[in-house]
Parts: sequence; structure tokens; C-alpha cells
Amino acid sequence: MAVATETQFHVLAVDDSLLDRMLIERLLKTSSYQVTTVDSGSKALQILGLQDDQTNSPFVSSDQHDVEVNLIITDYCMPEMTGYDLLKKIKESSSLKDIPVVIMSSENVPSRINRCLEEGAEEFFLKPVQLSDMNRLKPHILKGKYKEQHQQQVLQDDSITSSNKNSNKRKAMDDEISPEMTRPRLTSSLTVL
Amino acid sequence: MAATALKEQLNGLVNSMFAEGLLDEQFQQLQMLQDGSNPGFVAEVVTLFCEDSERILTELTKLMDQALVDYSKVDAYVHQLKGSSSSVGAQNVKLACIQFRQFCEENNKEGCVRALNVVKHEYYRLRSKFETMLQLESRIQAYENKQQN
Repeated sequence: MAVATETQFHVLAVDDSLLDRMLIERLLKTSSYQVTTVDSGSKALQILGLQDDQTNSPFVSSDQHDVEVNLIITDYCMPEMTGYDLLKKIKESSSLKDIPVVIMSSENVPSRINRCLEEGAEEFFLKPVQLSDMNRLKPHILKGKYKEQHQQQVLQDDSITSSNKNSNKRKAMDDEISPEMTRPRLTSSLTVL
Repeated sequence: MAATALKEQLNGLVNSMFAEGLLDEQFQQLQMLQDGSNPGFVAEVVTLFCEDSERILTELTKLMDQALVDYSKVDAYVHQLKGSSSSVGAQNVKLACIQFRQFCEENNKEGCVRALNVVKHEYYRLRSKFETMLQLESRIQAYENKQQN
């Protein structure tokens, strides 16, 4: 299996504003992250492999390999599904709950911030997000990776054959088909509109 | 060298925009994100901001023209504009939006009509300077491309 010499971490950014998506993408790329941007919580969940309805709709060609998401950064105020709703869904998912989530908002509302932190968000960024904020992401990503590695260890130790239950990785495994999950396919810098 | 003169003009323009409060430090953040591998970043963001703003101002005008104003719709648009102006560093536009939202909350039609006019005024004032800025940038770019050939 080919391994990249320098692994870039992959961030999924969610924002309904095109301008803000452009900005966050540039901020993340400048800070050497791989980025995927989407314009809604439901698209984010699709990418992450959680869909409200069970229709499997592949949105990229089948020769793309799976890439794992190391951090999710999402706007709070979005139509239909807010950042908070998205956060909840992620934390309720056994497969996704260990992915660190950061919330962004243009409004400094303490009750909102606390609600998000209590629900499991790692941090709350006040918009407009700055380059210096990007330095605050790495510790959360590394913590997430540690949790993931720790779980992998536990799974190995217990010799569980169906290891797709608790892993937040989306790895392409040739002969393992997961019946209950869709297989999200990601490429870096894919913007799903 | 003509490019130097143009650069001085551009710097002068941007500095005056900061001094007049048209732009704030967020615009400097955008400038920092522009580099050799992304020479058109500021132009892209500014252009998008202008397109977005004009779309929103058109909708706001329509909404305010209604006999019965839907303040929640108005507020939603102003919130959007406030967000994008904040992201771009368009300080005066952002401040005008904040005022506008106050009037929306109070369902104050007269206040909202006036606030919309202020937002428009600030936006168009900024847009004309942005246009000059982008023209200067592309002329400078053209010179620098010629240099390399």
C-alpha cells in the first residue's frame, strides 16, 4: 500500500456562505491542510457516511479512494441544519463521535458557545476566522488521532472481525463491504455545491 | 519604473481606505492570504463580495417595498450581508448592517428604509474604490507578466 511521505491532515469545512467557504479553504490550505468544503450540514453528513435516507447516491466517480476526515469545522448559522444540529448528529454517531468538531459563528453569544462546548465541540471560533486561529486546530486533531489509535488497539486486542463499528476511518478495503454504511468517497479540495 | 508608480498608487488607495474606515484589519488578513501561488485571491474575494452584496441589496429593496414588510426575511438578508462584509473587512458596510438589524428587531419601517439607504451608500462608495483597486492590481500584474517574458 502506497503511503504518502508527508501525511496532510484533512479538514471538512461546512458553511452556507460561498465567500466564507472560499476564505476558510484558503486559511486551511495556507496552513497545509487538505480541505473539502460543503455548503450544508446534510451534505457534510453525506460525505461522512451518515445519511437520513438510505439512498446511496455516489457523487464522485468510483476510482476515488476514501480519505479520512481529521477535523470538522462548521458555521453555526445555517438554514435547515445548524452547526449545532450537525455537531449533535456527529456526536451521536458511534463511527463519527471522535472526530473533533469546531464551531464558527459571527455572533458572540455565550449561551450558544456553552451549548456547543457542552455538546462536545472542541472549540468555538468567532468569525471572521483568522490565520492565527488555524494554529488552534492541530491539538484537537492529534487528540482525535490518539483516541482513534487507542480504539484500534482495543479492537485488535479483542480480535473483533467486523472492525468498522467504532472506527472513524473511511478506508477502502478490498473485500470488506459494510452493509449498513454508505461508503463516502472524498478527494481533497472537492467542493460539493 | 511604471509598475512601481502603480504599486505606490495602489498602496496609497488601500491606506486611505483603512484611514477612512472603509476597510478594517480583516482586509489585511485577506492580503496575507494572497501570495505567489494565489495571486488573484483578493480580487476573487472582492469580486464575490460585490456580486453577493448586489444580489442582497436587490432583494432587500424588493422586501422593503412591500406594503407589509416581512422583517424576519429582511433580517436574514441583512445578517448575510453583515457576515460577508465582516469576512471581507468592509467595516462601514458591516456597521451599517448592524444598525439595520436593530431597526428590524424593532419592526421599525422608517428606520429600516433609512438604514437600507445607508447600507447602499456605504456599499457603493466601497465598490467604486474596490474597482479602482482591482484595476490597479491587474495593471501591475500585466506589467509583471511582461517582465517575465
